[in-house]
Amino acid sequence: MLDDFFTRALVAGIGVALVAGPLGCFIIWRRLAYFGDTLAHSALLGVALAFLFQLNLTISVFLVCALISLLLLGLQRRATISSDALLGLLSHSALAIGLVCLAFMSWVRVDLMGFLFGDILAVSKTDIAIIYAGGLITLGLLAVIWKSLFASTVNYELAEAEGLKPEVANTIFMLLMATVIAISMKIIGVLLITALLIIPAATARRLASGPEQMAVMAAASGCLAVVGGLFGSLEWDTPTGPSIVVVALLLFILSFAPIKHLVRYRSSAQKGAADG
Amino acid sequence: MSSLLTLQNAGLYRDGKWLVRGVDLSIRKGEIITLIGPNGSGKSTTAKLALGIRRPSEGTAQRQENLRVGYVPQKLSIDWTLPLSVERLMRLTGSLSAASMDAALDRTGVLHLKKAQVQNLSGGEFQRVLMARAIARQPDLLVLDEPVQGVDYSGEIALYELIADIRKELDCGVLLISHDLHIVMAATDSVVCLNGHVCCQGSPSAVAQSSAYQQLFGPRTQSALAVYEHNHDHTHLPDGRVMHADGSITEHCHKHDGHHHAEEARNA
Repeated sequence: MLDDFFTRALVAGIGVALVAGPLGCFIIWRRLAYFGDTLAHSALLGVALAFLFQLNLTISVFLVCALISLLLLGLQRRATISSDALLGLLSHSALAIGLVCLAFMSWVRVDLMGFLFGDILAVSKTDIAIIYAGGLITLGLLAVIWKSLFASTVNYELAEAEGLKPEVANTIFMLLMATVIAISMKIIGVLLITALLIIPAATARRLASGPEQMAVMAAASGCLAVVGGLFGSLEWDTPTGPSIVVVALLLFILSFAPIKHLVRYRSSAQKGAADG
Repeated sequence: MSSLLTLQNAGLYRDGKWLVRGVDLSIRKGEIITLIGPNGSGKSTTAKLALGIRRPSEGTAQRQENLRVGYVPQKLSIDWTLPLSVERLMRLTGSLSAASMDAALDRTGVLHLKKAQVQNLSGGEFQRVLMARAIARQPDLLVLDEPVQGVDYSGEIALYELIADIRKELDCGVLLISHDLHIVMAATDSVVCLNGHVCCQGSPSAVAQSSAYQQLFGPRTQSALAVYEHNHDHTHLPDGRVMHADGSITEHCHKHDGHHHAEEARNA
């Protein structure tokens, strides 16, 4: 089954969306969209280093992203400039260094577009294994730190005062972000990873009434976007990343339709009928 | 009896100045301590030192091991992006049985809001929910940073009565921070007045003894509120210098000064 490139892309994409949804919720709750972008842009440096040192691409990207996020944590503590300026600095420097490195390695033929926008043809069986292994570890760890992370999202000091360990949870969360960016790069592309994190979560926010529910809905809506986007990409020969993001956006727009009201109206009408 | 927490000569230094310095404070089981002081006097900072959210730059802060804390922070704004119901907020830092959740919400008078989204609550309602959340944990130590802000007057009395009841019931220590410099909760065992350092410390006198307050607030307040008489021997001038009882003016407080606020003197 996995011999078909399209099936491989579907399986891989769904794996990515399942992880991106719940993490994306935290990105929205904590207003970290720009942080996601920074990590994603620095992924290109990971790509360059992978070619330079003959490393596995995903692992190399993960290492660079993890390094950048820990660097950010450290710099924020002794910040003389604001964190958004710091993020911009790291983000674009890493992207630029990555592009310069790639240009120097003239012996490497790189499909830059593939890395920037995702490539449906690039997904191998090994990639699927890495995506699912990384994804399972990420979701597992997220489940473990969920209570601390969510409590510290609501109020850091409250979480700390009542004996949770928000600092540990925050550091782990940064590493999980690095993982998700590393595993989703081939499917969605460096430039659009943040969209896959944010848009499904934003869609879920319109419908969910609790944080856990929102995480599940974000994962589900991400999966729908991946499936729709991949079929569109195949049908119209468009790059996969943008296609997925367009479908995610359509779902978001759809979430503005009065679905919730309809459900409420129907259930209250039924209640009314039962009472009468 | 051993203390739940002890601050010894604790101080916090940030960005070139001491937010608070030389605080000695200990809370035992079943004891209510009220921290008062003007804005920026270091009340919340002292609470954070006590809770271990901030590490003291000098002195020590010790807490009993495995101390179960219920905390109501001074400011808690919940972002609109967070879908959060009262019910879920109650379970924020620990699991909770449905029965004890309902009981806690009922005690603070907000059981009917259980299913509501927290963003739709009024300031006073939200404060009551936070209070319910803190007591539902059955804490060893309750730390309440201005818990009655935004609560109407009769609600304030009821919450103070509730705090006194909870103290009896759980035999927990209570660290209460109040913005009111003169009226404190009657059940308070000890009042600590801060202005960058401990200015004075003592127990409140009952409202019953002060007919002026009785006339002002009515007989019902007798049980819940009390007057705290400051006994200071120096005055903080608006420019940060300090005038002592003998008329001398210095840049800072003497180490063991009692205390008087210039602003209060003007308002009185």
